[in-house]
Amino acid sequence: MTDYALLAGQLFNGVSVASILLLAALGLALSFGLMRVINMAHGEMLMVGGYLSFLTYRLAPARLGFGLALIAAFVGAAAFGALLELVLIRRLYGRPLDTLLATWGVSLALQQAARSIFGAIGVEVTAPKWLAGSFTVKGGLMAGFNLPYVRLFIIALAVFVLGGVWLFIQRTRLGLYVRAVHQDREMAEALGVNTGLVDLVIFALGTGVAGLAGSVLAFIAPVTPTVGQSYIVYAFLVVILGGLGSLLGTLLAAAVVGLFSAGAQIFTSVSFADVLLLMFVIGFIQFRPSGIFAARGRALEEG
Amino acid sequence: MLTLERVGAAYGLSRVLSEISLSVGRGELVTLLGRNGAGKSTLLRTIAGLHPAAAGRVIFAGADITGLVPYERARRGIGYVPQGRGIFPHLTVRENLRLGLAARFGRGEGRNARLPDHVFDLFPVLARLSERKGGLLSGGEQQQLAIARALATKPALLLLDEPTEGLQPSIVQDIQAALKRIRRELNVAMLLVEQYLDFAWSVADRFYVIQRGSMATEGNTRERAADTVAHLLSV
Ligand SMILES: Nc1ncnc2c1ncn2[C@@H]1O[C@H](COP(=O)(O)OP(=O)(O)OP(=O)(O)O)[C@@H](O)[C@H]1O
Ligand SMILES: [Mg+2]
Repeated sequence: MTDYALLAGQLFNGVSVASILLLAALGLALSFGLMRVINMAHGEMLMVGGYLSFLTYRLAPARLGFGLALIAAFVGAAAFGALLELVLIRRLYGRPLDTLLATWGVSLALQQAARSIFGAIGVEVTAPKWLAGSFTVKGGLMAGFNLPYVRLFIIALAVFVLGGVWLFIQRTRLGLYVRAVHQDREMAEALGVNTGLVDLVIFALGTGVAGLAGSVLAFIAPVTPTVGQSYIVYAFLVVILGGLGSLLGTLLAAAVVGLFSAGAQIFTSVSFADVLLLMFVIGFIQFRPSGIFAARGRALEEG
Repeated sequence: MLTLERVGAAYGLSRVLSEISLSVGRGELVTLLGRNGAGKSTLLRTIAGLHPAAAGRVIFAGADITGLVPYERARRGIGYVPQGRGIFPHLTVRENLRLGLAARFGRGEGRNARLPDHVFDLFPVLARLSERKGGLLSGGEQQQLAIARALATKPALLLLDEPTEGLQPSIVQDIQAALKRIRRELNVAMLLVEQYLDFAWSVADRFYVIQRGSMATEGNTRERAADTVAHLLSV
């Protein structure tokens, strides 16, 4: 393997990690942008998506398993998010600290539930055959550069989801309501927009996308009760860096965080790469406290 | 159309309105006057459901709506034009207007809900600006957009909070003409909060004056001259 191939491989890994981070962070960014709510149980939506995929593979016929697993992860996590919003978050509206604490409780409860049901050790999901292979560059400068199909698929999925969410917000009537609520909740409500429903839809959409992230994450790492925890910290970093509530900012920040940690890992250990990443984020928000794009007003508009 | 029965409102512990009773008949234009801080905006917000009534009842079209949330009131036919206009700055004029249809979708008009022609007829300037972002409009254009957007909800009652605030005289005249036409041609009842007596007298049938949160006087604009209430408004 040439040095170039090593570098390119690490870059590619970075992009695929960034894709998962993007999916994980999207919901956080959306629900904070719209509702000013921080959901500490968001990471567990990845976990829920992962386990739902695992179950679907077990139960569904092999040919359908893949598609069904994605759908189950999205729908299951979205339904869970909807329930969470209706039962808890809605009732704590305007009490950010209580929301933080309550959702943290949900997060712990979900982890423990997963431990009781599936055991503390992770469960494995094997990707279908057509995703299992990889593409390797044979000769030349990049000889040995290896592109696993699973990671290519993850990148494609992230692009697809981001595009879908963008179209939803920019082109649909409900999306127009979302933007209006984002800009002036009171005025939107006074014009007849059921803002509670808009909140619910966005929250469920965000957790559903996190479920999708959990589903594809299961292809590259075992699903464990704490899988959400290991990604959610990065997802929060992405949201902070990107500017709360901004789609474009979230995209860029996910790319930065994913590439940064992958890049740093070439030169140092994983944990030191994390230290560098944190220092970078802290440094960055000294200069742009509200992220790459400021949250208020513009965020959902710029894409 | 609208009846308030001894409505009270407060911000936390500080009482802002007490024992306010008033009524607006079908197709009637009623003006609400009072000094700065008298509680006019708070009263309109209470009618729109944006501020809770601490006491009393709000009755609209024969039903007690005191407990309803704002979007339900909008769907029943209450249109609201706030002080400061409440334009969505990053939505285009067209999108701002489309939001006015939200109430009618909620009324089950579904895909057939369209912007009524009279919206552009009353405010021709909006047709020209339809792709411009609301935040980039001038104050006068924003005010016209805010009224047009409220009309798009097909209201039976329009709540207007100081629509002439900060506008040049020619725009004030345009708005005056528009209000008269809305009343005459669309038969929409209006509750208009105003600072300018002349303007209020030129369009309104009846008036109410509130003073420090209580009803001070009321009457008919054709029976009482504007001067008779001027002392209640001057500082
Ligand atoms: N959000 C708030 N919190 C606390 N007090 C408020 C709030 N909004 C208004 N008030 C107070 O309530 C009183 C009535 O305010 P309101 O805005 O209804 O007056 P107004 O008659 O509309 O005045 P203006 O002519 O200046 O618009 C004022 O004393 C004001 O300071
Ligand atoms: Mg006011």
